[in-house]
Amino acid sequence: MEFEPVIGIEVHAQLKTRTKLFCGCSTNSGEKRNSNVCPVCLGMPGALPVLNKKAVEYAVRAGLALNCTVKELSVFSRKNYFYPDLPKGYQISQFDLPVCENGSITIDVDNRKKTIGIQRIHMEEDAGKLIHQGSASIAGADYSLVDLNRACVPLIEIVSEPDIRSAREARVYVEALKLILQHTGVCDGNLEEGSLRADVNISIRPLGQEKLGTRAEVKNLNSFRSLERAATVEIERQKALIISGGKVVQQTRNWDDASQKTTALRSKEEAHDYRYFQEPDLIPLRLPVAMIREIKNSMPELPVKKMERYKADLGLNDFNSYQILVDCDMNRYFEECLLIKEDIEPSEICKWILGDLNALVKDGNSSFSECKVTPEKLITLVKLIKSGKISGKIAKEVIKKMYETGADPENIVKESGVEQISDTDMLQAAVDKVLAANPDVVLKIKAGKTNSANFLMGQVMRETRGQAQPDLVRKLILDTVNKG
Amino acid sequence: MEILEKSVKEIHGLLKNRVLKCRDLIIQTYKNIEQQEPEIQSFISLAKEESISRSEEIDRLYDKGEELPVLAGIPIAVKDNICIKGQKTTCASRMLADFVAPYDATVTKKLTEHYMIPVGKLNMDEFAMGSSTENSVFHTTRNPWSLDCVPGGSSGGSTASVAAGQVPLSLGSDTGGSIRQPAAFCGVTGFKPTYGRVSRYGLVAFASSLDQIGPVAKNVEDISCVLNAISGHDSMDSTSADIAVPDFTLCLGKDIKGLKIGVPAELFGPAINSDVRQCVINGLELLSKEGACWEEVNMESFPHAIETYYILSSAEASANLARFDGVKYGHRYHNAKNIKEMYKKTRGSGFGSEVKRRIILGTYVLSAGYYDAYYAKAQKMRTLFKLDFAKAFKKYDVLITPSSPTTAFKIGEKIEDPLDMYTADIATIPVNLAGLPAISVPCGFVDGLPAGLQVIGKAFDEETVLKVAYKYQQLTDFHKKKPKLLN
Repeated sequence: MEFEPVIGIEVHAQLKTRTKLFCGCSTNSGEKRNSNVCPVCLGMPGALPVLNKKAVEYAVRAGLALNCTVKELSVFSRKNYFYPDLPKGYQISQFDLPVCENGSITIDVDNRKKTIGIQRIHMEEDAGKLIHQGSASIAGADYSLVDLNRACVPLIEIVSEPDIRSAREARVYVEALKLILQHTGVCDGNLEEGSLRADVNISIRPLGQEKLGTRAEVKNLNSFRSLERAATVEIERQKALIISGGKVVQQTRNWDDASQKTTALRSKEEAHDYRYFQEPDLIPLRLPVAMIREIKNSMPELPVKKMERYKADLGLNDFNSYQILVDCDMNRYFEECLLIKEDIEPSEICKWILGDLNALVKDGNSSFSECKVTPEKLITLVKLIKSGKISGKIAKEVIKKMYETGADPENIVKESGVEQISDTDMLQAAVDKVLAANPDVVLKIKAGKTNSANFLMGQVMRETRGQAQPDLVRKLILDTVNKG
Repeated sequence: MEILEKSVKEIHGLLKNRVLKCRDLIIQTYKNIEQQEPEIQSFISLAKEESISRSEEIDRLYDKGEELPVLAGIPIAVKDNICIKGQKTTCASRMLADFVAPYDATVTKKLTEHYMIPVGKLNMDEFAMGSSTENSVFHTTRNPWSLDCVPGGSSGGSTASVAAGQVPLSLGSDTGGSIRQPAAFCGVTGFKPTYGRVSRYGLVAFASSLDQIGPVAKNVEDISCVLNAISGHDSMDSTSADIAVPDFTLCLGKDIKGLKIGVPAELFGPAINSDVRQCVINGLELLSKEGACWEEVNMESFPHAIETYYILSSAEASANLARFDGVKYGHRYHNAKNIKEMYKKTRGSGFGSEVKRRIILGTYVLSAGYYDAYYAKAQKMRTLFKLDFAKAFKKYDVLITPSSPTTAFKIGEKIEDPLDMYTADIATIPVNLAGLPAISVPCGFVDGLPAGLQVIGKAFDEETVLKVAYKYQQLTDFHKKKPKLLN
């Protein structure tokens, strides 16, 4: 029997607001434990939540970017459960009336377009963090400590329709979401650090059958690789189970990267009854149409549009126009370069960013935003190449120095004397020397094998420590041979 | 002793003219408190040292001739579910018996801005759940009019302390009648403002959509003064209304000619003690003589007040009280083997039986499979209450009812019968369900115990309520009567 996987994904994205969802505390959870807290996010008796406007704006932005209907009226609800990282004993979330509904995005899965429906986007607050002592989980711990810096940090949960049909699609979908959320400035999109979290709901059914199979939810997916892998493994597990006459039970499963397996966390019977009800401490959220329009008008360019622009207006190819936008930092850098590029070709800038500069940034464990090679300096460098002042090869050395010291490319070129030699008289001497030392090659050229000139060019470049202007050298070699 | 029988404005005059030192006023207040406390037990904690040193500061300001607000230097006692930074806020619960509030409630800040002196924290039913103050983990407050009787609840400490002359003013909170019912039982004036008029920030929540802080005093004028100080929009409370606050003393003394009063028939039936009913009818007669007219009105939702209220308030309470889990503050059971046991034993030993009853009830009505039958239905019922009031207020300026169906009952009389206890609030609950302002004023005595008359107004029309209640107190002297033990 052939099976078809049916996958729906819930993505939690941390909104990039400066302050928390219901209080004025900083969202920076990296600081000293329990330092960014106040009576509200600590769940002190009598404290009340006040909704962060910026978070609403970001949630709306995400909704618009994912082609959702933004609801003029949405409501916060309490999701009740006990856990030590949940200070109020309930999470303020949205339940029956979320802020956005009915969206979709089109993804490109190995050159095949596919539209994935977005059921809803709702806002909610994050919980705190437990630090267990003596065990990895609360069950075996001697004791556990609570850090509430993260409590009340704003999240959106993006719930897809069960439109995904393979592990590969699942990965591409979340990658696409990440890109959109990053480019709209809504979320950092870091799976590893948890600012983006994906829970994957998987079921399988015989191909052609309409009725859905029983699903399992897989959690703890910390990278795109593990997401795709976990989905693959879970699909296979369910297939094997059914083929051997077993039944899939509805449960939550944990992905273990080390063993590359999913294991059961809890079954449906053990699932909480969250007893949702409307949060009486907050009034319903009303978003006037004018406000939604305003947010729409101030939206940053979406990645899809950007890619089209790169291809159509800048002449970048498919690959490069995607690569130059996957890393937001890098993309911002590229855009800054475009603003000051003058007559430099965008593809040339793109080449340097994706190539040498990216390698340097990666090797240095740094980022484009803190890169000492500023866009201005990179443009200057490319101009030096274009004007023939330095060769591309020399430029590779210059950019390394720029990256290390932050110096201007012009100064580096001057100080290290690597400026390209385009003085005919100077080069002629080197050409004559090389020709005299390689009479056999000269003969070959004379016999019409002009490719052999490449060897002689290399020799001249060596003589001139790479500073000779290659086109000029070639011309001089051929002219000299033909003259002689 | 007599000084505390004067009105806020009179005391202010004495302070301002330096006939009275604020320090002496505060010392006298503590004398009164200490004198009555063995019998009445209104308080959970006192802040004597801080209050005296604060009174000295205020004396210096008065000495300098600074223009101070009318409430400056006046002592006030605060129900123990309102946070005062650095002081215990126990909610009369074992759960918070040692909890020191790390922040000020917005009303506390407002009291400070008006140079008032919060002299102590008042007894109450645990987490404001109850109608008798018997549910306090510390002690039962007694009714100054008869020590065998309850003061009402949940703000029993707030009303008993004013009735006993321990303090001239207090703050209570009212979720289903918790200011008005004990005000009636203790023969004092108690006011519940419109929902959203006074910030709830720093009031330990019982039922968030119903809770409202309000003042207790000896008369309507004093109520108006405190209301002026504590009202207003608060950016820390999303449910507080961004509506201009009038000077609530300006409406006092205006005539009530042509005032239309609706009298809900449902609250004049057999459920109401006939003597109490007569006191209220006498009051209506008095108001008629001043040019008001009244007639009966049917409020069809009213008979469903108890069930609607106990479903909604308990549902909210079950979530509001989830934070008391032993993890962050307050009581914790220390010998648990695991987190689940810690939760169970902390909450099992930290909460009293009435609180547990409500948490269980609230959890039940929100549970999968029961939500629609109970919670959702009660929400619809709540809408009917609002509609009934809206309809009535198209025709009437205020509604008048008894504040409670009876006068104060005996300590221990109803504590074993929760349902009977719950009916003590049938007249006050509908007001909370609709979020309206209402006052209880003393309107007579039945067998030596005070009865209360409730005036209900339109949302954010506190002024009409105060105007009517003030007029009533001009026509009567029930509010001037003092319990015997003090005479």
